[in-house]
Amino acid sequence: MDAELVRQRARARTRHSWRNTAVSALGPLTALAGLVWALAQPYRVTLLDPDKHSFWYLAVQPPLLVILVGVIFHFWVVPGLLADLEEVEEHSA
Amino acid sequence: MEPPAEVVHWMFGVGFVFLGLCLLAEALVGSEVWRRRAWRAYLWPGIAFLMGVLMWPVMVFYTSSAIHMLAHSAWAQALMLVGAAQLGLVRGKLHNQLWELTLPLALVVSGLAFLIHEQNPWFFSRSAFLHHALGWTLLAGAVVCLGRAVRPRSPAFNAGFAVMIVTVAALLFCDRNIAPIFGHLSPLAGAR
Repeated sequence: MDAELVRQRARARTRHSWRNTAVSALGPLTALAGLVWALAQPYRVTLLDPDKHSFWYLAVQPPLLVILVGVIFHFWVVPGLLADLEEVEEHSA
Repeated sequence: MEPPAEVVHWMFGVGFVFLGLCLLAEALVGSEVWRRRAWRAYLWPGIAFLMGVLMWPVMVFYTSSAIHMLAHSAWAQALMLVGAAQLGLVRGKLHNQLWELTLPLALVVSGLAFLIHEQNPWFFSRSAFLHHALGWTLLAGAVVCLGRAVRPRSPAFNAGFAVMIVTVAALLFCDRNIAPIFGHLSPLAGAR
């Protein structure tokens, strides 16, 4: 009986886990987009040639900021969100 | 030492990327899960309100004509209205769901502000192209948000709103003070 309950719960988790995967992927995909952008337009990464640029162009480099946003989102917002999502999915299962 | 105008656009682009990620995550997990922690519920309305507040100094320091200034003040007020209305709804201070209509209203006003204050055609310069693209993106987003106001639990409308915000971010990142668009740059825009 207990084993059957465990199996049911595992099935329920599997059914709902696409949300978990999708939310977990948002930050890394954003960071990856920033990385691809930096590789495609390296002149946007002014740190590679710091002597030629003024303060603001060194401080604000869009590809690096996009990577930073992805990292902040992944490590600040996602962990708590996944915990809440799993809790709700367990209750509904 | 003021940052160049294009850098300011990129900074707002960063804000819109974060806003888009929050909205996309909310669309994926649903509002019930997203709002289980109070700080998270206030996150995107708070960012929208903050960007509205930060738009005022942009209006003061970066606008070179009356129509340009009016457009920036319209965006500032629209962002603050949406942020404040959503904060009120999340906090429970506002009960009438008609407040959700502030979002499509703000998008219509912002979109029209883009389209009206850009007096040059699409291929005049990159800036002109982006103004037209942003204006029509926001107007399309207003239709999506109208659907979202009617069916707030619809994943399609919520995801559509998030994608619209990410699109706005991408367009802001494309901005340059003077640059061609698909090889076109009018001599009047500064082409040599």
